[in-house]
Amino acid sequence: MLIKRSPNGIDLPYSSEITPREVYESRRTFMKQIAMGAAGSAALLEMANREAFAQTGIKLPAKLNPAYSALDKQTAFKDASSYNNYYEFGTDKSEPAMYAGSLKTRPWTVAIEGEVKHPMTLDIDALLKLAPLEERVYRLRCVEGWSMVIPWIGYSFSEIIKKVEPTGNAKYVEFTTLADKKQMPGVGSRVLQWPYTEGLRIDEANHPLALLTFGMYGEVLPNQNGAPVRMVLPWKYGFKSAKSIVKIRFVKDQPRTSWNLSAPNEYGFYSNVNPDVDHPRWSQASERRIGEDGFLARKRKTLMFNGYNDVASLYTGMDLKKFY
Amino acid sequence: MLTAKQVSWLKGALFVLALVPLARMAYLTVTGQLVDPLEFITRGTGDWTLYFLCFTLVVTPLRKLSGWNWLIKLRRMLGLYTFFYGLLHFMTFLWFDHFFDLQEMWKDVLKRPFITVGFTAFVLLIPLAVTSSNGMIKRLGGKRWQWLHRLVYVIAPLAILHFWWMKAGKHNFAQPILFGVILGSLLLARVYWWVQK
Repeated sequence: MLIKRSPNGIDLPYSSEITPREVYESRRTFMKQIAMGAAGSAALLEMANREAFAQTGIKLPAKLNPAYSALDKQTAFKDASSYNNYYEFGTDKSEPAMYAGSLKTRPWTVAIEGEVKHPMTLDIDALLKLAPLEERVYRLRCVEGWSMVIPWIGYSFSEIIKKVEPTGNAKYVEFTTLADKKQMPGVGSRVLQWPYTEGLRIDEANHPLALLTFGMYGEVLPNQNGAPVRMVLPWKYGFKSAKSIVKIRFVKDQPRTSWNLSAPNEYGFYSNVNPDVDHPRWSQASERRIGEDGFLARKRKTLMFNGYNDVASLYTGMDLKKFY
Repeated sequence: MLTAKQVSWLKGALFVLALVPLARMAYLTVTGQLVDPLEFITRGTGDWTLYFLCFTLVVTPLRKLSGWNWLIKLRRMLGLYTFFYGLLHFMTFLWFDHFFDLQEMWKDVLKRPFITVGFTAFVLLIPLAVTSSNGMIKRLGGKRWQWLHRLVYVIAPLAILHFWWMKAGKHNFAQPILFGVILGSLLLARVYWWVQK
């Protein structure tokens, strides 16, 4: 959908489309009532609670930032939280929602280190309070050819950069995901090199769109979506946004990234959404919006930088077919 | 040895059973249980094409080893179901990926080896399906019919290569290797018996 776009390429939200959440909350109450009424069975109640947690979690108050919110119809929470690529919990898209429940997100610390004046290791709750939380509705384009629209909660990663003050040597930022075999059944597999690492050029990381993310749909992130803290980079394919981050390093050289190591001809370092650069096995010119595009229509056109044109200046003079 | 009646019962049961995967895909789609039904159907039809290809090729070795000659009466149906799920798989590509735009489909077929190989395997299945009736066997003569149907030994490796490339991006070769081992040993068994003769 390309209606009512502002000149800088960022869409404004329809307030009427913001809250599909009440539906799930009422379902939670209903399930609890059943569980308690039917038998009072502890097991049943626990099941209902787990289901409820998977669907709603804990509230995370944040102010909507309309300047960074797309007006596309939002993806249902159920779809966004049950259809995930998070290989630490399995390669099937339903596996993260099934197995991520065991991930302990408290206590949790994030080490910020490398070429910075003030290296620090922050507790997740301190990190959460480092800057005011904003809600932003971003389009998410997966490299596999599907897309979603998700209201995230977090603040610009540039706030971190301001705080730690990179030295002149810092040219890139490397993000490292937790890799704990005990909590993550997929970490035993040889599909990728663990821990999962991702990276950005420092000017990309400093772009206001780059969101350090703690929540979605008004609540803390479900584990399968990368709790307790992840990146969201709406102009890049989804896999560039590292989940469950434990380490952020400012470095001199371009970091090695997991997917690039695994299949360099398929996944480049930049991996900007680009309809003109095919994946070897499929075209990236179009995509299927989950929950909207079905049997009766052609796939929708994919937009350059996923429609976030104001990042274009980061890549001036670069051949994006070469640096894919 | 089973009686003719028992064999026709068995065939009837197999006919219904072979439709269960399709029914399941339809049921999950219609009841809205799938986040991305199009991907599920694409993968599912591809998987079942490979399963039926294995079932079809296991008939002769199993018959020789067990002496259950009635198994041969199930082979045609298994082969036709291989084609049936292969056809559905091809339709998902034409429909979901290209929305019946033949020109766009051809571009994809010619451009991407992954697609070229899968498409070729499907096209090669067509003459086998067409010549599966008793009438066609008679018309071609048993010898020529048998030679034509040895195309399956070309189709099977192409199908595995297609599946291999699909999994290659994620280094997830467990399943392609399993299919490769199954089909490879079925082929080796045939070579062994052929040499013995």
